[in-house]
Amino acid sequence: MGAPAVADRLELARGLLRRMEDRSAAVRPAPESDGRVLPVAEPLARLLPGGGLRRGSTVALPPASAATSLLFALLAEASAGGAWAAVVGRPGLGLVAAAEAGVRLERLALVPEPGPDLMAVTVALLDGMDVVAVAGAERAGVRAAERQRLAARARQRGAVLVALGAWPGADLELSCADVGWRGLGAGAGRLAARQVRVRVHGRGLAPGGRSAGLLLPAPGGAVAAAPDAEVVVPHIEKVAG
Amino acid sequence: MSAVDAPNGAVAPVRASSGEPGGATRVLALWSPDWPVTAAAMAAHVPPHRPAAVVVANRVLACSAVARAQGVRRGLRRREAQARCPDLAVLDRDPDRDARAFEPVVAAVEELAPGVEVVRPGLVALAAQGPVSWFGGEQEAAEVLVDQVAARTGVESQVGVADGLFAAVLAARRALAVAPGDTPAFLAPLGVEELDREPDVDRSELIGLLRRLGLRSLGAFARLDAEDVASRFGADAVHCHRLARGLDPRPPVRRTPPEELAVEVELDPPVDRVDAAAFAARGLAERLHRTLASHGLSCTRLGVAAQTVGGEELHRIWRCAEPLTPAGTVDRVRWQLDAWLTRRRRSGDVPAEADGAVARLRLVPEETVTAGALQLGLWGDVGEARERAGRALVRVQALLGPEAVVTAVLVGGRDPAEQVRFVPWGDDRDLGLPAPAPGSDERPSRPMEPDEHAVRTKSAERTWASSGPLVAPAGWPEDVVRRTGRTSAAELPEAERMRTTNRRRRVPAPRPPAGRATPHEPPPSWPGRLPAPSPATVPPQPLPAELTAADGSPVLLRAPDLLYGLPAAVAVDGGELRQVLGWAGPWPVRQRWWAAGSAEASRLQVGLHDGEALLLLHREGRWWVIGEYD
Repeated sequence: MGAPAVADRLELARGLLRRMEDRSAAVRPAPESDGRVLPVAEPLARLLPGGGLRRGSTVALPPASAATSLLFALLAEASAGGAWAAVVGRPGLGLVAAAEAGVRLERLALVPEPGPDLMAVTVALLDGMDVVAVAGAERAGVRAAERQRLAARARQRGAVLVALGAWPGADLELSCADVGWRGLGAGAGRLAARQVRVRVHGRGLAPGGRSAGLLLPAPGGAVAAAPDAEVVVPHIEKVAG
Repeated sequence: MSAVDAPNGAVAPVRASSGEPGGATRVLALWSPDWPVTAAAMAAHVPPHRPAAVVVANRVLACSAVARAQGVRRGLRRREAQARCPDLAVLDRDPDRDARAFEPVVAAVEELAPGVEVVRPGLVALAAQGPVSWFGGEQEAAEVLVDQVAARTGVESQVGVADGLFAAVLAARRALAVAPGDTPAFLAPLGVEELDREPDVDRSELIGLLRRLGLRSLGAFARLDAEDVASRFGADAVHCHRLARGLDPRPPVRRTPPEELAVEVELDPPVDRVDAAAFAARGLAERLHRTLASHGLSCTRLGVAAQTVGGEELHRIWRCAEPLTPAGTVDRVRWQLDAWLTRRRRSGDVPAEADGAVARLRLVPEETVTAGALQLGLWGDVGEARERAGRALVRVQALLGPEAVVTAVLVGGRDPAEQVRFVPWGDDRDLGLPAPAPGSDERPSRPMEPDEHAVRTKSAERTWASSGPLVAPAGWPEDVVRRTGRTSAAELPEAERMRTTNRRRRVPAPRPPAGRATPHEPPPSWPGRLPAPSPATVPPQPLPAELTAADGSPVLLRAPDLLYGLPAAVAVDGGELRQVLGWAGPWPVRQRWWAAGSAEASRLQVGLHDGEALLLLHREGRWWVIGEYD
């Protein structure tokens, strides 16, 4: 019990120290600089470099089916562990589904209609929240320079920026394919679970990325490994950093 | 009555001498019985002869005397109360409305006696010496005040006079004047549960302990040694012990706080809306508490002062039995501003609309005590992460308005949209309250929804469902906790539970009469609620959809649970046709059949070829998309 706890605290302290140094030196640090990772539910964690959401990184969830469920699945574990999350510019979020996925609603702030202040709102939230999800950036006309500014802010603050929608330059990109629902018949049954193949591309991963079959959501609403899932890792290579 | 026209200044010098430190001061308390019911009945135009009760989470919180005569009691379930008294008018709880409606009463008392302090809506206290010597006796003063309140506002009230606020309140409940020095004798035969009448503080644990120890009356408790009480029962019990002995709860080291403790904010632009005022109040209250905490003080009497654009100065003192928490301060400031703003709007004597707006707001701690253990409760329970997140969210609120940042609370309901209620950040997430409680009729509403009839019924139903206490089942919190966090309140970590007991409760849960075990209530079930997984996207307004069979003919309902044909394709909101791979349902929903305007509906889940699935609702001959599983 003692040794890992000490190691954790040491790691935490180092991360903080590095962050302070980075900030004072105004050097653009690598996304891994923080040394801390927000936990993610186990079946997804196996797909992510570092086994979770790296603080300071930017994650994109391009518009595809199951993107919202994927967002909830990413948030759930961190939220249960005490992290604060915010979702900007996304009205109509199914919060019952979020709760079923394991997101703690009391730590999930919503800014459904930021209007023209999307940038200002996101910057303000990155200061205080652990995860900030932004939707509608394209609609609000967020340009490349502003995207970089947000990413830099997230890096500096040790927050995770999740973009719902296209986000060129993101550290990671998660998407779902081969989506199929289980439990539905012709006038019988009910929606029970959805089998998807989650693909992850980005920094820290091989060019081919990783993918795995998951149940998103599984019958209870949370994420689970598909019964016949195996992590497909084209060729594992050691990536520096 | 010449006394009515008495200049206030004539009484003031007498009162000034009454506040000096020393023995417990003579306090006159004016109490209006069952204030929540009175206020709610006035707002709902329920005639006084009709029995009425305020119900929170299916339990009676307060009832009128007429209802009490018919067997309605505090803590009763709504169903049982209605069974005992079929004519009962069931009203919602709304602390803002209570405070707003009480302002005229305070103003009426203030016409006769200065230095009026509001303890809570329904109860004011003032130093007795002034009015008593002016009107020539306690009996006379009480009569004049009760007459004045009844004449000006039509509200019934009772007056009690005793040494100290606690005894005066108890005397007011019994309409007694306790002779000077007789207070301990007056208190002695009363039950210990009288210590737990303050809605802000929960002392049920201490009361239960005392009863189990056989200390059933205040006199028995008072006979204990103060040292023994301090060493065995803790700090709060020491306060209670002092109360039981007829002393001031805190040693009288009343000093006038230095001027710099007062905080002030200039409101630019001036605030004339209640929600905006509440937002300003929150920031100011936090500043006040930071200032007080840095001096190691907390506040037991709060002066709220405002200056309107028209130059009018408004001032009111709120007195509290317990030191104020930031949340308590915000509540009181909000109530006061609400009362002022509403009064001005109603009276119509405002020359121009803008003149009534509040331009400057000032909080003055009129009386402070050393913070002691309260300081921990103020900030100790606030985690660093929470504080950081809170600051960021308040910044966003400053940018977009207080309503723009929300958190969701799960409530009972069947459709996905019904089950969620949004609470602006900083407001109470407690479900006992009807959600957008503060002056929902005055605050500008959200953008209106499309004019289409069916959409409107749907949305009306939704807002109704999300704010109406009628659908609010008992025991929500358990249900919600079970659904969200998978830990119930009892399983909370020690620190959390400490927090909930340490912090003062903001919403007094209706408690059954002391001494009886709380009946265990199973969490409510919502038969017909779709099981998990729920749709990840819930359109803010239902989208119209066309469900068609293979030959292109529309698929509608023959009976609530029978489709006309086999669905083959669906088009959402006039979009392209998407192939339907499978479907489940239709499941009829019959709810609120007792309310006018509610239509029968059926739900259908359809799976589409592109991997998406939709939750459709059939209502009034059309299909609507009420959820997307994406």
